[in-house]
Amino acid sequence: MAEKTINITVAGIGGQGVLKFTDILADLLFHAGFDVKKSEVHGMSQRGGSVSSEVRYGSSVASPMIPEGESDYLVVLENSQLEINRHKLREGGILITPDDVPLDKLTNPKALNTMLLGALAAHLGLDPELWIRELKAFLPEKLHALNVEMFQLGYQYRK
Amino acid sequence: MTQRLLASGNEAIAMAAKDAGVRLGAGYPGTPSSEILETFSALGGHAEWAPNEKTALEVAIGAAFANGRAIATMKHVGLNVAADPLFTIAYSGTPGGLVIVSADDPGMASSQNEQDNRRYAVAAGVPMLEPSDSQEAYDFTRRAFEISEAYRRPVLLRVTTRVCHSKCVLERREAVEPKSVKFDKDPKSNVMIPAYARIAHRKLRAALHELEALNEKGEFTRKIAGSPELGIITSGISFQHVRDAAPEASILKLGMTYPLPMETIRAFAASVKRCVVVEEGDPVLADAIRAAGIAVEDKAEMYRFGELNVNRVRRLLAGDLSPEPAPAPGKPPQLCVGCPHRRAYEVLRDMKCIVSGDIGCYTLGVLPPFEAVDTCVCMGASITVGLGLRHVLPEAEARRVVSVIGDSTFLHTGINGIVEMVYNRPPTGHVVIILDNSITAMTGLQEHPGTGRLLDHTPAPTPVSLEKILHGIGVDHVDVCDPTLDKASFEKILSERLASNDCSVIICRRPCILGAVKAKSYEGKK
Repeated sequence: MAEKTINITVAGIGGQGVLKFTDILADLLFHAGFDVKKSEVHGMSQRGGSVSSEVRYGSSVASPMIPEGESDYLVVLENSQLEINRHKLREGGILITPDDVPLDKLTNPKALNTMLLGALAAHLGLDPELWIRELKAFLPEKLHALNVEMFQLGYQYRK
Repeated sequence: MTQRLLASGNEAIAMAAKDAGVRLGAGYPGTPSSEILETFSALGGHAEWAPNEKTALEVAIGAAFANGRAIATMKHVGLNVAADPLFTIAYSGTPGGLVIVSADDPGMASSQNEQDNRRYAVAAGVPMLEPSDSQEAYDFTRRAFEISEAYRRPVLLRVTTRVCHSKCVLERREAVEPKSVKFDKDPKSNVMIPAYARIAHRKLRAALHELEALNEKGEFTRKIAGSPELGIITSGISFQHVRDAAPEASILKLGMTYPLPMETIRAFAASVKRCVVVEEGDPVLADAIRAAGIAVEDKAEMYRFGELNVNRVRRLLAGDLSPEPAPAPGKPPQLCVGCPHRRAYEVLRDMKCIVSGDIGCYTLGVLPPFEAVDTCVCMGASITVGLGLRHVLPEAEARRVVSVIGDSTFLHTGINGIVEMVYNRPPTGHVVIILDNSITAMTGLQEHPGTGRLLDHTPAPTPVSLEKILHGIGVDHVDVCDPTLDKASFEKILSERLASNDCSVIICRRPCILGAVKAKSYEGKK
């Protein structure tokens, strides 16, 4: 189990599924046996504004908020949100944007978050089966096939 | 049987309420508190959205007078509305456990001020518990009901945005059966006439002494041994930041922050070379500790503003007073594309109205491209502030004053303003616009008395009609229109009403575009 706390920031625009992304991520890490904390701000962010959510995991996590400039991963769901969040990434941290996934194969724009989740998953080194199980647990059955496909496309791209 | 899961603080409070056998939960939606009752309802609890927080707390008090456990939830500013019952139920207490949740919003992610409601515990004389994560939110809520009953005191559970909305690992324990309900006649305890209230006040102060002794025993306090060079006294979410920012420090983490365990604090402060109080918001702990004659360091004034986080706690401990980097701008919230409020604000802007605004999505009308809101104070204030403007402004300007309020906010505390308008008419009359999008939109699409649905989205027995209320109070004109569909008619009615000396209400009715989708999904729900 990771001694050091790993920090992941996910950013986008209200309605893109940022919070769904981190819900799935946090729940997966919990089921994988880590201590997990997830943080976000609700309320006015629902009105089309910038949304960001943070997940921290390790053997014991204290603050639910990632210290500024200490994100190991920054996932951005829309490139317009990159510059306002870039400072959150630590030096040498990994940035994942829509440019890092095969957008030409994205058959439904609503599944962009799942594709980027796949791209992130490729870095975290956990059993891919865990992710598939988690996606299925979170999403209604009619969305399973699409999301599993989008996840795998993101997972395999530039691996 | 315990269950381990990942849950937000709000979900944890709801689970604790369910597991503690709570008979009734009441509240008014408000970020960051809204999910507590929604979750409690989803778990099978009896939960209701009241028209406002005062109403909610009073309903909860009634349930607790009947020996049932009850919980009232609200955001920090909601407790201002509920302060009247709070200060007197603090005297009498209730036989059933009564817990009041105040969800504070330091940093104002979605609020009009960042008041620190820990002050209310001191002012009203109610014990206060302050959880720092979901596990404590669960444990403290369950314990709060026991304390409330053992000491016959309402308990204030004070949480903040990051405790409410952060998800962390939670162990949920076995539930207890709800207590049997009954009403025992006991006017000396339950009727606060002066003669009985004088006795009750003395009882309250005596109970607080007992609670202080309980707190000294340490069940709510965590001590983390560390370096004797630096000791930190903290509570709530600040504790979590402190653990990351100063892993070497000795920490005294307080869970019950009123009444304080002053002897525990005194001993801790004496055991370290430097003792710093790290708390978000006002210096509530620091002031109380120093007033008890214990030398502690307070944070610099600049850290009173906004939320704390790990970086800010590091700076605070280092005594760093240099200006903090401005937060990244981000994309501000705005009225949705297709929002029915947009067209109404275009008209108000173009007609150069002086707009007395209110609390809700429609406060966003202050921003470009509308810039059509001129004042905003608190829930319901649009109508009354507009009346004040009308009374004193010269006629030409008074005629341009319009009050704009949402449907949920109107039912919350807007009705009083209509009574005021009809009773104390300004010479030029007045015009109130109710932007009725048929939902409590800003806080996440909750129901209210006018939507025709209860908290769990099942049909309400009697939907409350805005028109009937307005006619009943006696306003001169009640018009209903839809500016999105017919802008010209809205402009015409508004111009006519502004030109007259009548007291008029124009209801602009069109469902919230997000709410309409939800409402459709509730059809057929029983």
